[in-house]
Amino acid sequence: MSLRVLVGVKRVIDYAVKVRVKPDKTGVVTDGVKHSMNPFDEIAIEEAVRMKEKNIVKEIIAVSCGPQQCQETIRTALAMGADRGIHVEVAGKEYEAMQPFHVSKILAKLAQEEKVDIVLVGKQAIDDDCNQTGQMTAALLDWSQACFASKVEKTDGELTVTREIDGGLEVIKVKLPAVITSDLRLNEPRYATLPNIMKAKKKPMAKKTAADLGVDLTPRHEVLSVEDPPVREAGIKVETVEDLVGKLKQSGVI
Amino acid sequence: MFGACCCRSESNLVCNSLCCVLVVVNISVQLRMTSVTPLRLVSRLFKPVSPVRTITLAYVTKQCDKGSTETYNSSYEPDIGNLYTEEHLSLRKTVRKIIDKDINPHVDEWEAAGEFPIRELFKKLGNAGILGVNMPQEFGGLGLDWSYSLAVAEELGYINCGSIPMAIGVQTEMSTQALAKFGSDELRKQFLAPAVAGDMIASIGVSELSAGSDVAAIKTQAVRKGDDYVINGSKMWITNGLKADWMCMLANTGSGPVHKNKSLIIVPLNTKGIERVKIDKLGMDCSDTAQIFFEDVRVPISYCIGEENHGFLYQMQQFQLERLFASGSLIIGLETIIKETAEYCSQRKAFGYPLINNQIIHYTLAELQTEVEALRALTYRAVARYIRGEDVTYLASMCKLKVGRLARQVTDSCLQYWGGMGYTKEVKVSRMYRDFRLVSIGGGADEVMLGIICKYMETLPTVK
Repeated sequence: MSLRVLVGVKRVIDYAVKVRVKPDKTGVVTDGVKHSMNPFDEIAIEEAVRMKEKNIVKEIIAVSCGPQQCQETIRTALAMGADRGIHVEVAGKEYEAMQPFHVSKILAKLAQEEKVDIVLVGKQAIDDDCNQTGQMTAALLDWSQACFASKVEKTDGELTVTREIDGGLEVIKVKLPAVITSDLRLNEPRYATLPNIMKAKKKPMAKKTAADLGVDLTPRHEVLSVEDPPVREAGIKVETVEDLVGKLKQSGVI
Repeated sequence: MFGACCCRSESNLVCNSLCCVLVVVNISVQLRMTSVTPLRLVSRLFKPVSPVRTITLAYVTKQCDKGSTETYNSSYEPDIGNLYTEEHLSLRKTVRKIIDKDINPHVDEWEAAGEFPIRELFKKLGNAGILGVNMPQEFGGLGLDWSYSLAVAEELGYINCGSIPMAIGVQTEMSTQALAKFGSDELRKQFLAPAVAGDMIASIGVSELSAGSDVAAIKTQAVRKGDDYVINGSKMWITNGLKADWMCMLANTGSGPVHKNKSLIIVPLNTKGIERVKIDKLGMDCSDTAQIFFEDVRVPISYCIGEENHGFLYQMQQFQLERLFASGSLIIGLETIIKETAEYCSQRKAFGYPLINNQIIHYTLAELQTEVEALRALTYRAVARYIRGEDVTYLASMCKLKVGRLARQVTDSCLQYWGGMGYTKEVKVSRMYRDFRLVSIGGGADEVMLGIICKYMETLPTVK
């Protein structure tokens, strides 16, 4: 059996960049900052490509929601082995206010339109750490879900998924269609080779808007303020143990 | 990079004959392009003296006679500003990603341990196609021209040590080039394809205890016995030597003149009779460098690359890319040191002002940066000519000379401004000071490069 997989790939600030808060506290500085594919989504793409290499999967569709530059993220996915891309363009204010709920609706709609069997996304994005999109997509579609996957195997008509849970591993069977979210240890993503990067430029990429998919992007909540973590204050050196105990008592710690 | 280099003194004559071989190729290029080569420029400045050169110069002189007053046609120069296309940049991005994720976070640890996980790393690089950029596609390479290899070499300059770029360069440009060009399909299938894939580690065995720059003087013998060569001797300064799976070895196989009696032979290093000893060095801490002894080591005669007794010529060609790689791979490393020194000097205060406010410091850094850009321009020009099929011995030797000298100048000048910190192992500048010192020695010492350049300038005294 050959399955079709939809993989969500989010464009985020690169993990190595030191994130700075905007002076007006409405968010973080993104202009001129290096962006890359969310590392968990990279793992999701890699898993899809491996499933394709094992002939479990027939087609991989990479989708990204956001501004024009998301197309670079989709190209990266295509270079890794996805077959085609869908860019759902969301820009400006709408993009800034976009939340996992909106993305889930878009993914759910696309999953139905494209008649896919599996939606594969990273367990969370490293920018907002929400960890919601996969679960909400499964709920909207009323599909089985297997979150935090560290191993995915195909057993006739079903998937056997090993999940990373508190204190150990849980092995579950899920019926298809299903939503899977990838954990860190699912695989180690490949680096795209130059020939594949070149081939990726010729792979098809469709452009859509949220309106095309009938998804309303009205924000459900409002960001009041984004703040830097408090700066750690300088300590002091004390001469003796007595001084130390005195200072600790004075500060009310003991 | 640890490999040796070229022929000198007694080998002068034959080396000239090598130049002729290469130049014949060159002439055909000239005819096709009907334009000027660097030789021609040189010939304007220096009158031919050596009789051996006349083959080359006859043609050049003829052209000069035809239009000796014509101005130099600059449009013939390759457009080095356009050396890198979008494809080159994509390739560099992939390399950078591997460096940032799989190399730089571990370099300090590897340096302290005196080794790095070469097998794991080479497999990653091999999977990403980085180990076979200019290698034939039928053996797993990308089949691209050398400008792509330069792009990779340059990006490798972001690695926070000298050892790893060197290990990669030995694999891709120094040990495998002759095999790729002249090896039989069977030999390439057995040894080149796995090296390109990152499944095998390659090394180059030219230098010996008593023969480094003077390649012709090597003593290692490979004697035919039945279907095998029986090899006796030793090889010195073998980068990747302890872990390598095979060596591209230059050995004496014949009894003719010293440049016509050597062959390049692939020697699997797990063969009986081989002993490897690690060499303790000034720098390049995580690189394994070995002396390797061969006692009655048997390898099949079919492991000879190309024709028997042609090894010296093959090796001379293999040296060109080693030189271009050396200069290409250091450019960004040198720039980084200059940049970090400027940053440090902006923060470090002495007598109430940041150090950088001293004119001697900001002027010196500007001077060094200018030199690095000049090196980059020279390297790009050499590569642009190389990919057009020209013999770039003259320019490549200059690249190698300049990068070695400049690396010493940059690291030494910058280290001074780091003061006491510069003398510790806490900062990168001291590691680069140690690592880059090698560049003036390995891959043909500065003095050997000068000798080659002199040959092209027709100023080298002939040996009586």
